[in-house]
Amino acid sequence: MLVTLADAANPWLSWTYVQNNWEELVAAGKEHIFLTVGAVVLAIALAIPLAMLVRKVPRLSGPVLGLSGILYTIPSLALISLLWPVFGLSPWTVIIALAVYGLLVVLRNIVVGLDEVPSEVLDAANGMGLTTRQIATRVSIPLAMPTILAGIRIATVSTVGMVTIGALVGYGGFGTLILSGFQNNFWHAQIFTATLCCVLLAVVFEILLLLVERLTVPWTRKQAG
Amino acid sequence: MGVIEWFLDPANWTGENGIPVRTWQQIEISLAAMAIALVIALPVALTLGHLRKGVFLATNIGNVGRAVPTLGVLTILASIPEIGIGNLAAILALALFAIPPVLTNTYTGLAGVDDEVRDAARGMGMGGMGILARVEVPLAVPLIAAGIRTATVQVVATASLAALVGSGGLGRYVVDGFALQDNTLIIAGAILTAALAVVAELLLAGVQRWVTPKGLREQSRAEIEVQEIPVATH
Repeated sequence: MLVTLADAANPWLSWTYVQNNWEELVAAGKEHIFLTVGAVVLAIALAIPLAMLVRKVPRLSGPVLGLSGILYTIPSLALISLLWPVFGLSPWTVIIALAVYGLLVVLRNIVVGLDEVPSEVLDAANGMGLTTRQIATRVSIPLAMPTILAGIRIATVSTVGMVTIGALVGYGGFGTLILSGFQNNFWHAQIFTATLCCVLLAVVFEILLLLVERLTVPWTRKQAG
Repeated sequence: MGVIEWFLDPANWTGENGIPVRTWQQIEISLAAMAIALVIALPVALTLGHLRKGVFLATNIGNVGRAVPTLGVLTILASIPEIGIGNLAAILALALFAIPPVLTNTYTGLAGVDDEVRDAARGMGMGGMGILARVEVPLAVPLIAAGIRTATVQVVATASLAALVGSGGLGRYVVDGFALQDNTLIIAGAILTAALAVVAELLLAGVQRWVTPKGLREQSRAEIEVQEIPVATH
């Protein structure tokens, strides 16, 4: 479909482009994966203690979730720009900015997942003589796991897309190629290939994380079917 | 020059590059994008939701939207000679990303209306259009409003990226700031784009509450919260 839009001099799809720029594409892909994984891992690492705090002090739950709803509306362009004077032209500027968005989704899903554990189940576990710690590790967390993993998956896929904005500070993975292709006289092949690679990467992450969900919480599959 | 001085400088509040003009440009781009998105998404979602068809499309279109980078779509549209750099590319790109939340929420809202309620309406002699207009849509208003709000806030925030393809708007300050290596301009632009997005969110949360029928307010809140797990894609 898009081929019809192409003129001979500046095609959207070009195998020659891929061949001639293979190393550049691989390097951009590696950077894209590094930035995505870095942001998501940092987001999870920050979300866990915050979720524990919210569970300990339930009064915080409303304000924390409300604040996260407002924070997520801030465009990544703004957040990256605000962090750039602090961290400069480094991958950290992008990783920390994107970790904030991931953090909001993961934290929200941990809290919602744990809240959705039926109180009857907790009563039953209590009645069976399980300690608080055992209830958490054997009952609450496994039951909340599908929601938590779904949060991590959603955060990862949206991070893949937002990494491209990192091109602003020179660390945008495929985004850097998209932007330089655009600035380089609308180089269609580079813009389109890099965008396509970005979508493919998101799909690969989605499939990998769906697989992790199936392996770690196999009971949800029966539920869904 | 510091950021506070920049905001206090009257020169930054007037003229073509002034804050009011740039803010209005961003709002204009956002409104145009939302108008296109609504004209496309609402009829499709209302038809599919009323007929209870196309569940797969309605519930999965959001996943597709998440996987596609906004920057890619923006630059692709701006590099098509017939569209070119400027506001049109931005409006079209933003409209594309606004369609999924409106479509999904409207569909879910309509499909969630009880069959018993529809049967009762039919028993009262209402036709398909009557059921849609007088039963299904009013009951689905909370979710439809939530979808439009999510989409609008996302569009207002994402509109700051439009500057990367030569459009106006508040993102201009950030992009020009990076080009000129002017830290003050970058920070000021970042503060303005963030502030506009947050104001849009707070304002629309109020509007959403206002348009929701009184009887549905408390009852539907829990339901809406679940539908509306915020995911940033901008």
